[in-house]
Formats: sequence, structure tokens, C-alpha cells
Amino acid sequence: MSTVETPMQRDAARTIFQKGAPGRRAFVCPELDVPAVDVAELLPERFRRAEPPRLPEVSEPELVRHYVGISKRNFDLDSGFYPLGSCTMKHNPRLHERVAALPGHARLHPLQDPERAQGALELMWNLQGALEEVSGLPHVSLQPSAGSHGELAGVLLTRAYHEDRGQTRHKVLTPDTAHGTNPATVTMAGFEVVKLATNPDGGVDVEDLRAKADGDVACLMLTNPNTLGVFDPNIAEIAEIVHGVGATLYYDGANLNAVMGLSRPGDMGFDIVHFNLHKSFTQPHGGGGPGSGPIAVSERIAPFLPVPVVARREDGTYDLDHGSGRVGSKSIGRLRGFHGNYGCFVRSYAYICSLGGDGLKDASEAAVLNANYLLARLREHGVAEYLPLAYGELCMHEFVLSGGPMKRDLEIKTLDLAKRLLDFGFHPPTVYFPLLVEEALMIEPTETETKETLDAFADAVAAILEEAARDPEIARGAPYSTPVRRLDEVAAAKSPVIREALS
Amino acid sequence: MSRYTAITPEDLDAMLAVIGVPTLQELFDRQIPAAVRLGRELDLPDGMGEQDVYEHLRALAARNTSAEDELSFLGAGMYDHYVPAVIDMLMERSEFLTPYTPYQPEISQGGLQVMFEYQTAICELTGLPVSNASVYEGPSAVAAAGYLAKLHNGDGRFVVSAGLHPHSLQTLRTYAHGYGVEVVEVPLTPGPTGGVTDPDAWASAIAADGSETSAAIFAQPNFYGAVEDAAALSAAAKAAGSPAGAPVVIAQVDPITLGVLAPPGECGVDVAVGEGQPLGNRLDFGGPSFGMFAAREEYLRRMPGRIAGETVDVDGRRGFVLTLQTREQHIRREKATSNICTSQALNALAGVVYLSWLGRRGIVELGELLLARTHYARERLAGIPGVEKLHDQPVIREFAVRLDADVAQVRRRCAREGVNPGVDVHALSGREADRGVLLVAITERRTRADIDRLAEVLAAAMANPGRAGESSQGETHAGGTPRQRGEATVGV
Repeated sequence: MSTVETPMQRDAARTIFQKGAPGRRAFVCPELDVPAVDVAELLPERFRRAEPPRLPEVSEPELVRHYVGISKRNFDLDSGFYPLGSCTMKHNPRLHERVAALPGHARLHPLQDPERAQGALELMWNLQGALEEVSGLPHVSLQPSAGSHGELAGVLLTRAYHEDRGQTRHKVLTPDTAHGTNPATVTMAGFEVVKLATNPDGGVDVEDLRAKADGDVACLMLTNPNTLGVFDPNIAEIAEIVHGVGATLYYDGANLNAVMGLSRPGDMGFDIVHFNLHKSFTQPHGGGGPGSGPIAVSERIAPFLPVPVVARREDGTYDLDHGSGRVGSKSIGRLRGFHGNYGCFVRSYAYICSLGGDGLKDASEAAVLNANYLLARLREHGVAEYLPLAYGELCMHEFVLSGGPMKRDLEIKTLDLAKRLLDFGFHPPTVYFPLLVEEALMIEPTETETKETLDAFADAVAAILEEAARDPEIARGAPYSTPVRRLDEVAAAKSPVIREALS
Repeated sequence: MSRYTAITPEDLDAMLAVIGVPTLQELFDRQIPAAVRLGRELDLPDGMGEQDVYEHLRALAARNTSAEDELSFLGAGMYDHYVPAVIDMLMERSEFLTPYTPYQPEISQGGLQVMFEYQTAICELTGLPVSNASVYEGPSAVAAAGYLAKLHNGDGRFVVSAGLHPHSLQTLRTYAHGYGVEVVEVPLTPGPTGGVTDPDAWASAIAADGSETSAAIFAQPNFYGAVEDAAALSAAAKAAGSPAGAPVVIAQVDPITLGVLAPPGECGVDVAVGEGQPLGNRLDFGGPSFGMFAAREEYLRRMPGRIAGETVDVDGRRGFVLTLQTREQHIRREKATSNICTSQALNALAGVVYLSWLGRRGIVELGELLLARTHYARERLAGIPGVEKLHDQPVIREFAVRLDADVAQVRRRCAREGVNPGVDVHALSGREADRGVLLVAITERRTRADIDRLAEVLAAAMANPGRAGESSQGETHAGGTPRQRGEATVGV
């Protein structure tokens, strides 16, 4: 398919290091208002930098035009539908940016005395309380920086719990549908991964679990609903088996957006939960961070929580507590500097204030409704013939299609469909995950999309399949309209160029 | 229906008809067993309109005393540097704020190019050839570097200078306990000529019998503000390591000092990590910010986190992709080099915009200004009766003094005058030796007049530090300042 080069395609990528000229500047240094002292006297030459770092030399207008220009080479959630499975790309209210930027939050130093940071501590206390209520677990640490960091906290808590009981356990169970962070975390925390099989309905194979659960198992890490969008109906039995061998049950909160106000991990029998504030509680994803990954735990895990946690004193004021009571008394220690990603707490707290308990439940209900509607619309279009649902009939907040039949019958792969969707103005779903589904497409529309958007997406998928039936080469060559076309990732990894060569 | 959802009753009926279930309730009844249904409303306050949420969050902000409300010399890991307006503008652009990790590179060239530029800037700053696209923040970056050393060298111990930030040391211990690596702390030399990592203790701890040393870790400048002899520490670590494998030398560096300080890559350091907040990121009560992570080439395939690389598209155009992904959790799973999933893309964007804004000359000029003002401040404070320098080592943006008084009481008295004189180090580190130590940070926002005011207020507080156990009541700024009560302004 011949194409006409777009203006953005003609505009070859040039980095900020390739712009500007010696002597240009955006920064004017404040004047030296203290007595001048020879630099050599203040910092001996052997400690000093000989040559300035070769940073860009640009004026402010150049700087602005450069970054605004390259920003336009991004697709973003504010511009269009972004059904990336397991990432919960829901609308990011601009109110949150406004309140997070208030100087009382944005310019508050983390080592300000607690008595002069009462507003921040109250906010954190309230957020802890809300997360406790949503998870059905009594204690929260806001410290972890992201979901993966929360997972690490959770597995280290498990280690501390067993060690405290004088036990050394070596294995952690993870289903084959688990996010990659689960097994990676297990290794980092010094345990061995044991994989659990998935049953034909998409849940944990309970017999496999029974066979593998023994006194050497420290923990089972589970996502529920899982990455197939399936709520495991055997969760009570699973919890019983895990607790029966003295292990902990860990809840990966990546898919919490399906069940807020409907079902709580604590009530399902989980001991430790991590939240992804950037998913369920709509912290903007920022192009890949920052996130925030608070954890909630049961009473038996509470002594091991990272410190400090926010506590309320009897007089109603708030303080940072380093394990003076039972919570955190045998703490695993710190996981990072200071108290966690407070800027994310402000945004997620604002979200919870906006929605309230009812609103969180409505959000989850709408997320599940939207996912099922999109699934049904795709079926109506005859898409299911080529892209069948991998497991089950209905779904929770997301669903996984298999592109196997599409690949065989229409001769286009899931990757081709994803790339062709770019030409239709949509961000593609998550592709090739979970690994156990052939040519997987994982679709999570979220609750903030309108019915019209879901219809348009279903129409686009149907149109691409029809087009492929006529001429599969079109999808195989896609995309055509994007700032760059398909990129050679193999070459990039083979001889990595990961910085600009400077002269 | 909330203001963020759009399902009208008519939509609901139409959608349920297409799905083929009679009610929303049934959609859930058919999937979630009754035994694990909540069966009641969440016990949370009712939702609020936008203006009410704004007022609530504004009122909370007003109960904090920020760097806007007092003359603050707080530092110890995060600093009140000026954040230029262009950063606010760029970070609020939807195109940077609202996408996710660039899984589809064709529509993510902006974010990927930012990562590539960021990596270039960090390499330049540190003098090391490779950088990732950032990790969470400073202390966990130290722990992540420790894990790299473990992967590279096996389970030998970590030898760590006591000059490392206490949060870095504590975080490293938390992580290391998980994978079973011992952490050995090396003291600083005592007295006015000391204040830096004890070179003899450093070398002997690394060479000690028992397990081998897999990593040797120090901070530059150290937590107490002193400039370490980084080249000597690196060389000593390599010399003292076992013949089988030298330890990975890891330095936690402060990026804002690298305009004047020798870059770690020229001092024999293998992995440089650090807290990125000083580079164009807000204080935000401690986060989010970003962690720098740069290394020698040989560690590239053991790096944690995302890395952007250059390539070409099918028509030969220059483009960028996430690369070396076979290190990462989503491909390698339990064999990954780290569990880290995302970088801190938005914060790293602020970092590279800041470095471009400062520019090649600006970062040196800023460093020299900080050097001069910090020196001036240290001399001014050391002239106050009862205040002495903790050490005589060179300092760049922060220094420690020992007060012949109760630091908490002195700080309270200063606070009454609208001055926050710095960090009570004992309260942060818990170390007995840190009693009486005050850590004072000087950014370019603190002028000579501000420093003179600090000296005046601190002198008065030292002359009359108050009674032991004096209440701090009456010193909270519960009502907030007029500025806080006003409309939202962008925090810089």
C-alpha cells in the first residue's frame, strides 16, 4: 500500500542535544551576593569537575518549542480511547492536578515537623482509612512507590511473618496468568517461584494448588479478577487451602477496579493487598510513572508493616508512628525515602472524595458493564469468529480475546491488528499477554468511556477484519499515519544505542 | 452516574440488551459468589462536587507550613530548588501527563525521545556510559544497585559507608534481608578533620574474611554534607576486593552538585544512583520524584527498569523504542533483573527539561553559587556561640553543625520567628552520635539576606533555648497564610 508521507513523518526526530548553539541559555543565575571566594579554596581541584557536562544550550523559546513539538508525537488518554488491559486507563480529572499543585502540598518538605504538616498527615490518615475500607483489611502502609514495590513489600512481609514464627519457607505460588512482576518480585525477595496451572474456566486449578500447597509454601500471589478478566469463583476454597498450610494469601490489586464496593479482598481471605493508585484511583500514568502502591494487611501481618505509618493521637492530631504500638513493632523497615508518593495520595484522595463510597461502587459496576458491552458488540459484529473470548462467557472489567483463528483464517496476527488500530485513532489493547492465550488481546475499556466510544472501537475492529479478509497486506504493513511506522526493535536490542553521541 | 461516567438509564437498558442479561445485578451474580459479596455500601463519606473537593483539599493544604510560608533550610534528601515555569506547563500537557508506558512505539515517540534525552543527560552528568530511564527515587535506587551487584557478584556482603543517607541505608537493609545479603557499616572519621568515610575501616571491611564483598557503597557528598574523596574510596574498594571479583563500587550522588564535582564515572565508580528531586521536581512532601541509575557498560544487561533505544522504522526514519526488554519482568518473569515495571517518566521529563533549562554553563554557575553561599552560611553559623562545624571538609549545598543545646527546642524557637533552620539529624538517623547535629541546606532560593536572617534567629535561639520540655503548642500555623487561603497557585 503506497502512502503519502505526513508532515510529522517528514520532520525527522532531532533531540534537544542536536539543537541550540554555544552561549544560548534559558537560565540566568542569581547574582553572587556573598563575598567572592576562589572556587579552588572552597573545593580542591582534585574533587572538581574539569569540563562542564555537555548539556544542551538553548533559549527558553527553543526549549518550549522542542518539548511541545515532541509531545505531539505521543498518543494520550485525553485524546482518545486507550483500552490497555490491566492498566485501567480511566479519565484523569484536572481538579487533581490543581489541588496537588497548591503550595501547601507541592512545596511541603517531607521533614517538616509533624505538628506543622497536619493537613498532609490528616490527608494520609483519611486515605489509609478509605483503603482499609475498600480492601476490608485493618492496616495500611502508603509507602510503596508502585504496584511492583507494593508486591515486594508484601513478599518481604510474608518472609518476616514466617521468620517471626521460627519458620523458613522457600516457595511462593503464582498462577501462570500472573503479571510478570509477581514472579520477578518473588525472586528479588529470595523465594523460589512455583507455577500454578489454570483450569478450563480461567481460574486457579484447585487440584494443582492442593498438590503444590505444603509446609514449604510461604505465600500464594493472586489477582482476582485475574488477568483473563475472570473472577475466581473458588476463592474461598483457595484461601482455605493456602491458610491450611500456614501460608499467606497475597492480592495483586491491579484489577481492583472491577470490584470496589462489590467484593473485598479481606473478605475473600487475603492477608496482604497492594493497590495501584494510578489505576483504580486515577493518578495520571505520566507516560510510565509515577505510580503509587500502598498495601493493606490483616492483623497478623500488621506488626511487620513498613514504618512510618500515620497515626492519630488521642487529642485528634496526627503523627508519624515508627512502630510504637503493635503496628510496625517488628517492621521489615523502609522501602524508600520519606513517606511515599504524597503527590499521588493527594490526587487519589481527591478522587475518593469526589466519588464517595457509592461512586466507587458505581465506577466498578460501570467498568464491568462497559467491558461486557464491548465484548458483546464485538460478538454482534461477527468478530468472535476470528477473535473468540479466551475463557468464560461474561467478564469482569476486562476480557481477553485469542487472535489464533484470525491468524489462521485471515492471515494477520494480533500485532497487525494492533498496529492497524493506530490508523483508526485508537490505542490498541494489551497484546500477547497473558502468555497462556494464543495471540492474546487484553481489552479494558474502563468506566469513563461512553457507549459511543465503545461502539466506534467495535466498528473499527470489525472494519479491520473485513479489510484483512480482502487484503491482509494492509494490516501487515500498518501503521501508515503515525509519526513513525513500524520500528526495528530487534536491531535496537542487538546493538543498543541508548544515548545521543555528543561531540 | 458520576461526573466521570456517562451511562444514562437509556444507555444501561440498551447495553444490557446487547449483553443479554436482564439486570446489572445479574451480571455480578453470575460471576461473584454471594459469600464474598460485600452486601452493603462502603462506609465512606458521600461524594462531593468539584468545588467542595477543592475547598477540602485547599483547607488541608492550608494546615501545612510549606517552603512558601517560612524561611526553610530543610534538606537531607529533598531540596527547595526553584522549579521553572516551563516545567509546570510541560508536565501538565495531556500528551505527557496521560499516556502510559510506551508499549506502542509508533504513537509514543514523544515519551520515548524524552527517555532517550534523559538518558543522555544523566550519562553526561555522571560521566558513565549507560543510564536507564529512571527508577522510583533515591534510596530504593541504592537498594536496586545493591541487587545489581548481587546478580553480578553473588551473595557476598555489602560494605556501606555510614555517610550514606539513613533512608538509603535502611532501604538497602530491607531489600538485602530478603535476598539474604549481609550489610556491614563503615564509620566516618571523627573530629573536625573527619566527617568522611574512614579509609582504613573501609578497606579492611571490604577485605575482611568470611564472605566476599559484592558491593561497596558510599554517598557523594555524604549525608553530613562533606565531599568524600570518591576516587580514593573507589580505588581502595577495588584494591581490597577479592582476586576472584572486585566489588561493584556504587555511589549515591546528588545531581545538582555535578556541575562542580568530579563526575562519578571519572572517580572509578561503577554504578551511580541518586535522588532526582533537585532537578526540577517539587518537594511534594517526599514524592513522587525519580531515581537516577547510571552504570558502566558491562552492567547494561543487568540494569533494572526501562531503557529507550534508537532504531529506524520500515522507511528508514529515526525512531525510539523500549529496548533490552529481555532483562525485564514482563518477558523474563522470575529471571528478570528487577521487578520494576515502570520508570518515573513524568518526573524524569521534569529532570531533563530542568537540565536543558540550566544548560551546560548554568549547571556550573549554579554549582558555584551554591558553593559560595553554603560556605558563607557555614562560616556565619559557626560564628555563633554554641555552634560549631561538624567537620572542616568542603561542602557544596548542605552542611552540618553541632549545637550546644537541644536541637528540637532551638528549632521550635526559630520556627516562631518564621525560620526553619534545618533538619534535626538525630531525629532522622536515630544515631546517638547525631545528638545536637543540625543539617542546613542552602539552595539558590536562599539569598545572603535569608542566610543572615537565619544566623540572627539561630543566635537568638541559642542564647535562650527555652526550658526543657517546653510545649510546642501555639506554633502550628493552623490558619495558614493569606497566600494559602487564596486561589490555587502553581507550586514551584
